[in-house]
Amino acid sequence: MSTATEERAPEQAFAGPRRDILNRGFAGLSRGAAITILVTLALVATFLVKEALPALTANPSDLADQVDWLKDEPGRSLWPVIASLVFGTVIIASLALAIAAPVSYGIALFISHYAPRRMAAGLGYVIDLLAAIPSVIYGLWGAFIFIPAILPALEWIERSFNWLPFLRGRVIATETTMVNGQEVVTQVFSVGTGRVALSAGIVLAIMILPIITAVTREVFLQTPVLHEEAALALGATRWEMIRMAVIPFGKPGMIGATMLGLGRALGETMAVFMILSPWSIPRFSVSVLEPSAHNTIAANIALKFPEANSMGVSALIAMGLALFVITLAVNMLARWIISRRSEFSGAN
Amino acid sequence: MKIATRIGAVASAAALTLALTACSDSGTTATPSASDAAVPLSGELNGAGASSQEKASEAWRAEFQNAHPAVTLNYDPVGSGGGRTQFLDGAVSYAGSDSLMSADEYATAVTRCDGTDGAIHLPVYISPIAILFNLEGISSLNMSPDVIAQVFDGQITKWDDAAIVAENPGVDLPNLAITVVHRSDESGTTKNFTDYLAKASEAWPYDASGEWANNVGEGGQGTSGVIDLVTGTNGTIGYADASRAGALGAVSIKVGDDWVPFSPAGAAAAVSASPLAEGANGANDLAYKLDRTTTADGAYPLVLVSYVIMCQQYDDAAERALVTSYLKYVASDEGQNVASAAAGSSPIGPLGTRIEGILDEIAAG
Repeated sequence: MSTATEERAPEQAFAGPRRDILNRGFAGLSRGAAITILVTLALVATFLVKEALPALTANPSDLADQVDWLKDEPGRSLWPVIASLVFGTVIIASLALAIAAPVSYGIALFISHYAPRRMAAGLGYVIDLLAAIPSVIYGLWGAFIFIPAILPALEWIERSFNWLPFLRGRVIATETTMVNGQEVVTQVFSVGTGRVALSAGIVLAIMILPIITAVTREVFLQTPVLHEEAALALGATRWEMIRMAVIPFGKPGMIGATMLGLGRALGETMAVFMILSPWSIPRFSVSVLEPSAHNTIAANIALKFPEANSMGVSALIAMGLALFVITLAVNMLARWIISRRSEFSGAN
Repeated sequence: MKIATRIGAVASAAALTLALTACSDSGTTATPSASDAAVPLSGELNGAGASSQEKASEAWRAEFQNAHPAVTLNYDPVGSGGGRTQFLDGAVSYAGSDSLMSADEYATAVTRCDGTDGAIHLPVYISPIAILFNLEGISSLNMSPDVIAQVFDGQITKWDDAAIVAENPGVDLPNLAITVVHRSDESGTTKNFTDYLAKASEAWPYDASGEWANNVGEGGQGTSGVIDLVTGTNGTIGYADASRAGALGAVSIKVGDDWVPFSPAGAAAAVSASPLAEGANGANDLAYKLDRTTTADGAYPLVLVSYVIMCQQYDDAAERALVTSYLKYVASDEGQNVASAAAGSSPIGPLGTRIEGILDEIAAG
């Protein structure tokens, strides 16, 4: 008797009109949460456009009068400055991604398919801890420990490879020497104090490593055991099994994880702000070893905001708008790639 | 009879309390303006402006509030431009500013302030800017303005360049690349440094500006950023508030025919040797047009002067009392020494007496 009532109790609780209200209530709540995201996004976009308009519509000479770091000269007005910042942002973020992605895939594969179970759990935990370190700590560590430590390495790379345009330091002097009666002009390069795009890229790579690793690890772990065992049964080695079963299955996830990492690298402020020595006059330098040759949007906003007047703030928000557009584009591209690939990946 | 006794007792008790209070007053707190003690100060005094005064301002606030517990002082380091705007909008009672008011701002100040006398500048914070370098085994170098300008413009790129060697006989300069370090954020230090280069040297091709003008060298964020970069790498040279010079090597600049190292006294001497700006608002307006090419004895013209901008008349008696007694304290020897200890500024010396005189003339109603 008593058991029967206990069993019926939950059914009674959700029966009739009350059940209906709860159902609809919950549906409403979750719909509300979804709408909040859209509204927030729309509000952010509206805010950026509205606040950026005064700077975007002002004529260059007025803007130069009011904002110290803009000049009414070719290459120094608002658009070239934004273009140069976008260029620097993309270079540094791509650099970080190029370093972080292969390492992350390697760690993820090791954790999911090579490491003994207990070690895998410990390693996963440590990687997740990396994600919990605030970016200002990375910035401090980068500026005070990391850069002085790798400066000799940067100088060595520059000396050995400065025939490559993208590994060339800044020209600090030209020396003319006489060789066999002919004048030979040699340029002297320097990486300065090492606060170059490559250093910022390496520190950013360490920062985005955890997120890429965590997502790809989860994806690799979900590879159907049947696929893996089939591959092994056909005589595949472990590497061949990974290549034939795990990676094709995990590809959309790998791309998604990489794009998440790219998103974080694009918007990272403090670490770059503290590590990179920015230009004073906008530049488009392809060399990742040239000091004072790059700057990123987020770091520039942090740098210029404290002393900015209202027009200056508007110009900075225009830069923020550019960053917003880039990150949106990156995410949409990632979505598109994932949706295109998922059809023949075996994920369904 | 009974009543009389009681009144007497109360009176003597009150007298005792007063005496005790007076004792503890003179014994424990530094009273910067003993003459003001008759009118106990209270209320809130708001200022805003230059971040260069922030450190000194914190020290002044701590000491002044110690002596006048009923007073609340606020200083918002929003930057010179922001401070002047807030002052002219009437949002704050005084502004801190590294640069002088424009003619327009002088005009706005006449409408903003009570009476018809507008606003004045008082130089309360003077700080030498040091040119600092990091070369092993060398703690001092001589450089003329032209050499400094060429170094910071990337024209001289090696420490053993003939121009530097010529000015430093006997110093063993290394064959090492010079790494210039400048501020990457906008700052009054940069503005005064480039103003000095523009006026003292023909070799500096840019105008004075708070933003660094060329792509030579590397940028550090804030004074600490510059100091860190210079400290961290051999062969660097940069500029910063002298208070942060620490153990780094410092450049003696050429003034007339002498080599002058930075010093608080040298900075104060350079300011006193300068004429007042042309558009100044009467004799009370101590707005200096800094003479960067002065040859006055011992003057160090690479200096940053930060002003307090205030009205010549405050109709509100409480506001007037607060502004004048606070600024009197700031300009006093004691206030200047406090700032010197906290922020490494140069005590303004005899200028202080003059500022106190001007503050006495500030009118009410």
